[in-house]
Amino acid sequence: MADKPSDEKILEGLAEIVEEVAGVSPDDVTPEKSFVDDLDIDSLSMVEIAVQAEDKFGVKIPDDELANLKTVGDAVKYVSAHV
Amino acid sequence: MSNVDVVITGIGATTPLGGTVSATWEALLAGANGIRANDADWVERYDLPARLSAPLAVDPSDVLPRVQARRLDRCEQIALIAAREAWADAGFELPSDEHTSVDPERLGVSIGTGIGGPVTLLDQDDILETQGLRKVSPLTVPMLMPNGPAAHVGIELRARAGVHSPASACASGAEGLASAYQMIQNGRADVVVAGGAEACIHPITVAGFAQSRTLSTRNDEPDRASRPFDTDRDGFVLGEGAGVLVLERADHAAARGARVYGRLAGYGMTSDAHHITGNHPDGIGQIKAIEHAVAMAGLTPADIGHVNAHATSTVVGDVGEAAAIRKALGEHVVLTAPKSSLGHLVGGAGAVESIFTVLSIYYGIIPATRNLEQLDPRVALDVVSGQPRKVELQAAINDSFGFGGHNVALAFTA
Repeated sequence: MADKPSDEKILEGLAEIVEEVAGVSPDDVTPEKSFVDDLDIDSLSMVEIAVQAEDKFGVKIPDDELANLKTVGDAVKYVSAHV
Repeated sequence: MSNVDVVITGIGATTPLGGTVSATWEALLAGANGIRANDADWVERYDLPARLSAPLAVDPSDVLPRVQARRLDRCEQIALIAAREAWADAGFELPSDEHTSVDPERLGVSIGTGIGGPVTLLDQDDILETQGLRKVSPLTVPMLMPNGPAAHVGIELRARAGVHSPASACASGAEGLASAYQMIQNGRADVVVAGGAEACIHPITVAGFAQSRTLSTRNDEPDRASRPFDTDRDGFVLGEGAGVLVLERADHAAARGARVYGRLAGYGMTSDAHHITGNHPDGIGQIKAIEHAVAMAGLTPADIGHVNAHATSTVVGDVGEAAAIRKALGEHVVLTAPKSSLGHLVGGAGAVESIFTVLSIYYGIIPATRNLEQLDPRVALDVVSGQPRKVELQAAINDSFGFGGHNVALAFTA
């Protein structure tokens, strides 16, 4: 297992996934943004993003945890704590 | 006779001949062939006897934004592309929160498909089998459902008067138009975006049609394979495509000064109650569908100058249709069979071919049937071949028939 990624690296990786799944520019994927309200990502795309994030970072994101990840920052924090 | 005039104010299509109506129509008039050798690896792998197909001329994933394309089945993609073209052609703008070209409460959608998204269904089944639940797309169900094409068009155009998706196999696109006509007649809508779409070229559909012995196996001659009404026809070629028309109350269209291509003046929809794939030997259902369309339009058989035939290039089907046309309309009508150029677009066929019927009246020209070298004597009708024929038309019929015994005839007038 590689070294634990920095928050910057996690943010960068999430931004790549969000761009792939939802077409949001990586520059717009910043910690304070809400996935639903700011980035216009629907619940179906959130499922895809979670699956890709699990694969990319080697974490598990159960559905009840996913529901709590409102902002990009929440997701970075979750991944960082579970990686 | 109908009491509300329903006119056509916009048309859109993506087909094996072109990515738009104008590209398709020009290619059709030029006698182009949309049928290709199917070089997919699975043809060899499964040793499929029918090795031809009529793929789209323009890949829809090259037309739509990447993220939108990945959320849609190919059938939904092409319905949306054709609908956008028809909508813009009608002079409408895409809706925004500030502006809608048509009152959403008065706007409907009726877009049929034969099977919807079988390719998505099978792809996702493979993923479930090989990669497990986690990798199954959360979009699987909305991508495979047969109402998906109509639903996506309805969402994009903000249609709140009702979104419908008739499924009557190869008659689905025509039934989409007939249902749209009813919506306007019933007062449910002023404008209905209507038609059909199909994109199901896949090993299982080709294998299934091949096993029902309905596909051409003229594998070495893609250019000559689809030959409706010809004595040497041996089956149809599976194609993909979508056609969408904007149907509108005539007074609504007049009030906004819209360009009018023609009228959808009546329809006939009957069912054979006979056999799941074979047409009724006496053609009763086909005859009645044509007769009903003519009567609803307030016309007589003598008024109908042209039939854009369903004619798929099967041995039995083409002769049965010709007999039904002779019985319902007489021997004066001039036929053409566009599947000779396009292949069979299944749920898209009735809509795309209705666009051709409308344009034949509008421009006064009937495209030629390709590969008609020797007319089957049992057809006994005038079928345009060689070159397109210039002819002034007041009224024409489009025929569409589907597995299940569905018969739809649409009457268009100038």
